[in-house]
Amino acid sequence: MSRQVRCGLALVALAALGATLVVAVGGLEPFGHYPGPYGDVLAKVVPGERHEGQLVAATVLDYRGFDTLGEELILFTAACGCVALLRLRRRERGSDLPAHERPLPSFAARAVGGALVGPVLVLAAYVVIHGHLTPGGGFSGGVIGAGALVLAYAAGQRVRLRRVGSIAMLETAEAIGAGGFAALALGGLLAVGATMQNFLPLGTSGMLLSAGTIPVGNLAIGIEVAGAVALIVAEFLEQALLEERPEADHSSQDAGLDAPRR
Amino acid sequence: MSVLAYLVAVWLLLAGIYGVVTSRHLVHLVTCLSVAQASTYVLLLAIGYRSGAQAPIFGDIPQSTPVVDPVVQALTLTDVVVSATVSALLLAIAVQAHKRFGSVDPDELNALRG
Repeated sequence: MSRQVRCGLALVALAALGATLVVAVGGLEPFGHYPGPYGDVLAKVVPGERHEGQLVAATVLDYRGFDTLGEELILFTAACGCVALLRLRRRERGSDLPAHERPLPSFAARAVGGALVGPVLVLAAYVVIHGHLTPGGGFSGGVIGAGALVLAYAAGQRVRLRRVGSIAMLETAEAIGAGGFAALALGGLLAVGATMQNFLPLGTSGMLLSAGTIPVGNLAIGIEVAGAVALIVAEFLEQALLEERPEADHSSQDAGLDAPRR
Repeated sequence: MSVLAYLVAVWLLLAGIYGVVTSRHLVHLVTCLSVAQASTYVLLLAIGYRSGAQAPIFGDIPQSTPVVDPVVQALTLTDVVVSATVSALLLAIAVQAHKRFGSVDPDELNALRG
């Protein structure tokens, strides 16, 4: 099928789909008039049942916790898939350059990146462990934590991800997080008889140590998400390094003819 | 104006699919897919919105305050995670496709297959 024919067909199909959807959304409740009832039910029962006020965290980690378990395994599997796909390529290129021959990033990137790594990690920990009190939680905090790795990369601190075993560490973190959340689900099943059911003391609403299994689940998810996202990013960065390497090889060889190596 | 938010979702979906169909670059294609997926976030959050209501977090507000629906927000969270993982996997496949076919134009991948 030629490109023109395909685009023409697509426009016709999209017009039909668009018209159908416009008619369909016309039949929805008007914007701003949420009819309930699920949100209202949760707003009534969560503070009493879970001793916490963050309804979204309670939904994600308790009332729809089983769904989150599946979601987390999707993330886990996808990270494994990315690693499998990208690692096939990794073996194809030769040995790495020694660290001192790699071009360093600019001073500004090193300074800002290096200065931000610590605070970003603290922010990630804050967002994860306050996930049952304020907006945030394991998913957002985990992604922020993975952002610290990107900053470290920008600052040129990362270099030998593979050799220092960082990749193995990320894989372990991902596995621990996913396993921890599954254990939490299983714990409810064994201790109280239902998957994801709370089996820890609920504590006082609004305190850091409260809401039973919810902060523990946030912690497990935070570790898993940080590990998985950082692993995916690290694999893609490794690809970028592979692409750059031949040029770096030439320049170092040319330099080697005239000047002694450092 | 009561359906404007829903129409935004419809528009995002159509624009995303149009981008996927006409794409000439695999990375562009994955980005367009993300745009199409973004329509579901807008739709879900719009359904759960309640005029004048607060965020569903009873930290500083009394429990009688009307709040927006937390269920669709949790669904959106799931949606975002799945969308991100799909993008990551597709980008990894795009890297492989570039390696194998030497091209990132979806049309050329098609031509090389036969």
